[in-house]
Amino acid sequence: MISVIAQQPVIPEFERGSECVRQNGQFCSDWFFDNFNRVFGPRLVEHIELTAIAVGIGFTIAFTAALVAYSRGWFETPFAIFSAFLYTIPSLAFFQLMVPITGLSVTSAEIALVSYTLLILFRNTLTGLREVPEEARVAARAMGLTQQQILRRVELPLALPAIMAGIRIATVTTISLATVAAFIGVGGLGEPIFNAIQSGFKTQFVAAGLLAVLLALVADALLVLLQRALTPWARARRA
Amino acid sequence: MTTAESGELLGGGAAGLAFHEATKVYPGRSTPAVSTLTLEIPASEICVLIGPSGSGKTTAMQMVNRLIPMTSGDVTIDGRSISSLDQTELRRGIGYVFQQIGLFPHMTVEANIGTVPRLLGWPKERVRARARELLELVGLDPEEDLRRYPSQFSGGQQQRIGVARAMAADQPLMLMDEPFGAVDPIARDRLQDDFLRLHAEVPKTVVFVTHDIDEAIKMGNRIAILRDGELVQYDTPDHILAEPANEFVADFVGADRGLKRLRVWTLSDLELEPAGEGAARPTAREDTSLLDALSMMLVEGAERVTVVDASGAPKGTVTLETVTRLIGPEKRAVGV
Repeated sequence: MISVIAQQPVIPEFERGSECVRQNGQFCSDWFFDNFNRVFGPRLVEHIELTAIAVGIGFTIAFTAALVAYSRGWFETPFAIFSAFLYTIPSLAFFQLMVPITGLSVTSAEIALVSYTLLILFRNTLTGLREVPEEARVAARAMGLTQQQILRRVELPLALPAIMAGIRIATVTTISLATVAAFIGVGGLGEPIFNAIQSGFKTQFVAAGLLAVLLALVADALLVLLQRALTPWARARRA
Repeated sequence: MTTAESGELLGGGAAGLAFHEATKVYPGRSTPAVSTLTLEIPASEICVLIGPSGSGKTTAMQMVNRLIPMTSGDVTIDGRSISSLDQTELRRGIGYVFQQIGLFPHMTVEANIGTVPRLLGWPKERVRARARELLELVGLDPEEDLRRYPSQFSGGQQQRIGVARAMAADQPLMLMDEPFGAVDPIARDRLQDDFLRLHAEVPKTVVFVTHDIDEAIKMGNRIAILRDGELVQYDTPDHILAEPANEFVADFVGADRGLKRLRVWTLSDLELEPAGEGAARPTAREDTSLLDALSMMLVEGAERVTVVDASGAPKGTVTLETVTRLIGPEKRAVGV
């Protein structure tokens, strides 16, 4: 990666670009739009992939662990300690630590990203399940629902707002952290940022950063819409 | 045969319920919470379990649907031991209403009421029709309210939905644990009246737990008074008020038990004396309670009250003496 960066000119299109580019202005929109498809588009797609895979796998692991901890209380502390420990590892170090084991690969990046989602997803799912009103549980039991039916029809739907809140935080965090994954050469919006740090070209730096922020906001908004669609009862108020 | 028809208890109607020396000892306690309780509740009657807190009334009730497992003894429904029935099938066959209501906040009213029918595999259309019918029966609007969520209703309305849910699969037996305890007195009175009307229309066997003696007298065909896990007296409200088994019961029903007794009866329960010419004041309809009739006579300083029918035509009279003699020292059986 380092060699690729070194081959690029310090200022792109030297002596041919617009006044803004030649002056290395804060943000040259003409350059941004001219080069979006080449410099940013593919990286944005990679970034979305990195995030989706991390949150998807992280949720599967954390959700399963929370279900286990919900029925077997002893499991909560060890898993909470484990996921909290992973959460404390500095991200740059975590990515670097994985390289000797799984190489400069997407696998390395995903292992680190998944690890950071576990704590919040586990905590929120478990809290959501525990905060289901006891009377709803009693009613379900008295009506002859089995444990499985109570979990699927009563407890999980009622825990959904807390679970969705966890997914939102995990997604936004992962979008932010995934920029660091470019350090081990797996692409994403971190790559133009790293390159711009090397070259000093401000527009590329600012644009990639803004795109990451924008992606986080859009993802969060979409998740809010999804949550509203899934929990119509949460907004029902007395007429 | 679908699951609905194979449900052990579900066949509509009402079921006879009996406790046979049912006993519950909680782990780590030396005295039983319920001790050799033997009690028979005829089909379609409302039996009120009442007693001070810690008397075991809720424990006794929850043994019926095995929310609390018995230590020894047995409970039978139409002669069949509850231990011989599958636990989930037993519970699906018994309606359960409790003070905290426990409606599912994430389900519409229709889905709440349809919970057990859906478990039993009823087709969607039948579930909807049943929910509609029950909402009407408990006094809510089947058009508007079916799609709304529990949080959109008042406490009293929520408990009406709770009652509808407990009857959804035409369960022959209902357990009600202080069902109207959390609503304000005015709403409670209406809920009680409406439930009695509903019960007359759709008679189910009901076990009703309360700590309110007035509610017990109003709701119960029979009242079982419990103390420290033991059955102290089991009888009709009138008999319990007329002849409390011991001082504990007399204390429990209150010093005004004579007046309470008058509330149990209405003028139509008495043999009327012929009315004089015209309807002398005060006048009262046949469905007036004896307590209200007594109050009218005392307020008006009258010796008798004229009983009139719905159109206001006199049917006869009841004298002050007849009423007071009912609850006096030489108690007479009311002429029914």
